[in-house]
Amino acid sequence: MKVSKHWIEAWTRPQWSAEEMSEALSLAGLEVDEVALAAPPFSGVVVGQVLSVEKHPDADKLNVTQVDVGEEAPLQIVCGARNVRPGMKAPCAKVGAVLPGGFKIKKAKLRGVPSFGMLCSASELGLAEQADGLMELPADAPIGEDLRAYLDLDDPVIDIDLTPNRGDCLSHEGIAREVSALAETPFEQPYTIKPVDAAFESAIDVVVEAPEACPRYLGVEVRGFKNGMETPLWLQERLRRCGVRSISLVVDITNYVLLELGQPMHAFDADTLQGKIVVRMAKEGEQLTTLDGKQLTLKPNTLVIADASGPIALAGIMGGEATAVSEKTQRIFFEAAHFTPTAIAGRARQYGLHTDSSHRFERGVDPELPEKALWRAVDLLLELAGGEVSQVVRRESAEHLPAPTMIRLHQEKIERVIGMVFPAALVESLLKRLHFEVKAVEPGVWDVTAPSWRFDMAIEEDLIEELARLYGYNRLPESAVHAPMQLGQLPETQLDEDRLRTALVERGYHEVITYSFIDRDSAERFALERQLVSLANPLSEDLSTMRPSLLPGLLKALAYNQKRQQLRVRVFELGRVFARDGEGYAQQHRIGGAIYGSRKPLHWDTPVEIVDFFDIKGDVEALLAAADLDVVFEPTSHPALHPGQSAQVVHDGTVIGWLGQLHPQLYKANKIAQPVFVFELALEPLLQARLPQAQPVSRFPEVLRDLAFVVNADVPVARLDAAIATHAPAILKQWQWFDLYEGDNLPAGKKSLAVKLRFSDVERTLEDADVEAAVNQIIESVARETGAQLR
Amino acid sequence: MQERLQALVEEAREALEKVEALADLDTLRVRFLGKKGAFTALMKGLGQMSPEERPKAGQIINEAKQTVQALLNEKRAALEAALLEKRLAAEAVDITLPGRDVDIGGVHPVTRTLERIERLFAQAGFTVAQGPEIEDDWHNFEALNIPETHPARAMHDTFYINEKEVLRTHTSGVQIRVMEQGEPPIRIIAPGRVYRCDSDQTHTPMFHQVEGLVVEKNANFAQLKTLIIDFLRRFFEDDNLKVRFRPSYFPFTEPSAEVDIATDLFGDGRWMEVLGCGMVHPNVLRNVGIDPETYQGFAFGLGVERLTMLRYGVNDLRLFFENDLRFLQQFK
Repeated sequence: MKVSKHWIEAWTRPQWSAEEMSEALSLAGLEVDEVALAAPPFSGVVVGQVLSVEKHPDADKLNVTQVDVGEEAPLQIVCGARNVRPGMKAPCAKVGAVLPGGFKIKKAKLRGVPSFGMLCSASELGLAEQADGLMELPADAPIGEDLRAYLDLDDPVIDIDLTPNRGDCLSHEGIAREVSALAETPFEQPYTIKPVDAAFESAIDVVVEAPEACPRYLGVEVRGFKNGMETPLWLQERLRRCGVRSISLVVDITNYVLLELGQPMHAFDADTLQGKIVVRMAKEGEQLTTLDGKQLTLKPNTLVIADASGPIALAGIMGGEATAVSEKTQRIFFEAAHFTPTAIAGRARQYGLHTDSSHRFERGVDPELPEKALWRAVDLLLELAGGEVSQVVRRESAEHLPAPTMIRLHQEKIERVIGMVFPAALVESLLKRLHFEVKAVEPGVWDVTAPSWRFDMAIEEDLIEELARLYGYNRLPESAVHAPMQLGQLPETQLDEDRLRTALVERGYHEVITYSFIDRDSAERFALERQLVSLANPLSEDLSTMRPSLLPGLLKALAYNQKRQQLRVRVFELGRVFARDGEGYAQQHRIGGAIYGSRKPLHWDTPVEIVDFFDIKGDVEALLAAADLDVVFEPTSHPALHPGQSAQVVHDGTVIGWLGQLHPQLYKANKIAQPVFVFELALEPLLQARLPQAQPVSRFPEVLRDLAFVVNADVPVARLDAAIATHAPAILKQWQWFDLYEGDNLPAGKKSLAVKLRFSDVERTLEDADVEAAVNQIIESVARETGAQLR
Repeated sequence: MQERLQALVEEAREALEKVEALADLDTLRVRFLGKKGAFTALMKGLGQMSPEERPKAGQIINEAKQTVQALLNEKRAALEAALLEKRLAAEAVDITLPGRDVDIGGVHPVTRTLERIERLFAQAGFTVAQGPEIEDDWHNFEALNIPETHPARAMHDTFYINEKEVLRTHTSGVQIRVMEQGEPPIRIIAPGRVYRCDSDQTHTPMFHQVEGLVVEKNANFAQLKTLIIDFLRRFFEDDNLKVRFRPSYFPFTEPSAEVDIATDLFGDGRWMEVLGCGMVHPNVLRNVGIDPETYQGFAFGLGVERLTMLRYGVNDLRLFFENDLRFLQQFK
């Protein structure tokens, strides 16, 4: 909220600069966003009066004026504004003046006529976004007075970002109360508010059918005021610097009272009202066209002001078009009511509205304000436009009005929460500065009653925060936590995600973080059989569906980088993927990666080879190695992967992930020119490590033997592995495939596989015969199970 | 005799000086020291000497022979050294060429910050807690003292799945889960992704938070202050980092504070907001079945991207999610 420093100073006057006031407010929890003057810098602009206007001899659209700026002789100024006329007063920039943006006013000749200054519009002075013609000043504006002084434009405007609990500070009076408490300066009412005697009896009756939502409703009728009066410039100026546009005198007055006291008001054109005013809940489907021309279909949770014709205003949010005041309005009915926050909260949002009024009522408005605000508005209207006032129509429900909150406060509790003893005298003086009533019950215990505007006070902690806040958070003590020395858990079989990250980083991968929501098409392509989760209110279609896989995001990152001339990319991500799971959601943690380009970084001695399946498989195996996890790679038919170059990873009978070449259609669709290889694994099994169980190491020599098998090309090596694993004697400790050959020296449809066997025994030196027997057993079982022959 | 020997040594010395190859050295060795060499011949001549002269003559011949032998050895060593030097010179490589198989990636800067935060708090006995990202209304709002109609809801710019389920707008919901499941004393941090329906230069619809929670019998605001100040100074490795607390409002803490830092190391000495914190609201404790008369708690929530930007001088939030390698490669 924007507040004027000079306006605040009507109640209390600390000798503070704008910066000092801002700092004090910020450190008291009213965060100041910005301080700016009421107008951008300009100088040399004074109140001028146009004495005469003559046509420019050589230009149709220009006039030559004589302008009195309080100097010995009037200034001759050439002016192009259409509204210039003799007798009017307007801002005049004299020669030497500097306008906003650094524009300097010099002596000039316009089409041959000398001009000694410039008559200004409001926009030229930074006082309006746009303007039609010269800014018209009141007839009583003193000629020659500096405009900044005349309009108080050096008034600092402080923009405060208020937290939702401080609805009481959504007015100048509220901020002024806070300033007086902080500065310890007296807080005084700048004017006295007194009821005006009724000059006539208004026929308008009010019935409150929903007293729990509207426990107080006050209204008066005003008639006989001068219609169509211009709002005085000083009032317009105050509205403007607080960011409120001037509309008409009556509306401006209600807005002025809103800014001054914080009470939202409404003015109805009394001649448009039909029958009684009824404050009630809307009926399903009732219609209302609001002031801003929106046609709303109302819901029964909405409090309305209605008359015989139906709803005429959304209570506490916005008035209706049909009963709005206009230039023709003869009689108005001012409404000043108290609506309870729960009756208003969320309702404006439900209709896509947010108004100064709803903003305040949602947060809470002082229930004692309506009376004061009503008379303030009447007072302003009578003073500015005359008229007479009816009796006050008053509807109150005492049982629904918020009662003053009394909270018991214990000195010992303050110490427990804050960690500092607050002396009794300090507690009392701090609370009194904030207008709390403090009554000592016994030493160290008080009954504290909050003022009517502090409806945010409910529990002892609220008072403690007030004490701490006013005392100053930064003056409060600091102390370390004292707790027993205890060692935490260190489960060795639970691996850290960082271990997996490190494994990939050391293989050249960069970690990326992509959005958890993606476009629907990509999501469907990677969903497999799982049911997708969509957002009800996505930012855009591209971000509408919760990702069922990490791969779409990784592909996007890959494509982004390829577009930027990256010849080789290796990226991975850790994060959750989402799917429906019965009534709830599966939110599985996964790790995924994607690579394309050359196998190795570009190097002067390394041939450039493009990555293939075994590069990604090696990366996956390295990840699995961290947890020493037993898995089987099986062919798969994942729709997003190349059917001949993809595998699923199976652990303990469960598929824990996939790897392979991305389906060529997919990487081409993502505008990636080269094959992309990807993997995606569930994170949890990768983090379950085994506790190592050491086996004895043989002290006797190991024996190595190499064998080469010729086998049908379509027999996977896993079958040979299985044959060896099942049938080899215990002295075989390890075997590794070290050559694969298909080609000229072999029959068609055959391949040759070479394996290195490693034998040893912990108890003795192996005899040749032992090894021979074992080798034969291996050859025989491999042949039997797979048809492989020794080459 | 003496002269002969001296002449012979001189002859060998001169001959050796001309030798350039190891093979020539061998010829010389044969010539002087071989079976038919000059010294062998001299030794043979000893037989013709008197027994009195013989030992003396033998000694001087031997001395001269050893001198020649030494000269030969010296020459051999020199030639071998020269040869080795030549070979090594030929083997020289351009050591400025890059080495092979250097292939190191990097973790995302946000992860880097998260790891740092986790390690700092682990030192003080905090464990890491996690919670779901699709969160229910109770854990994201209700239990945190943010009822349906609370104005704070509007400030959260929530992504909805449906009326009762949302993408979590903060990691504070993890507090609730931890307190529902565990007993005080509690010391946890909850890092993770959070979501707000907002996207512009300074907002991304997804970002990261770390929530911290301490519930103990005597947890108080003074301790919260110490913990936060220590954390920020350790995190930025700046013992002179200025830290200030401003009263603020969160429905789930009372009293509440926002924390600003100022330093000349980065920024320009102006106050910058970095986190929010406060004493856990008694309603929140009650909501999870902890008696606020017995236990007190404090909590804090910090924006990971914000800290990362300040720490590493990143000036555009959106860089974190574009995943441009030219950006990521700066974090090794």
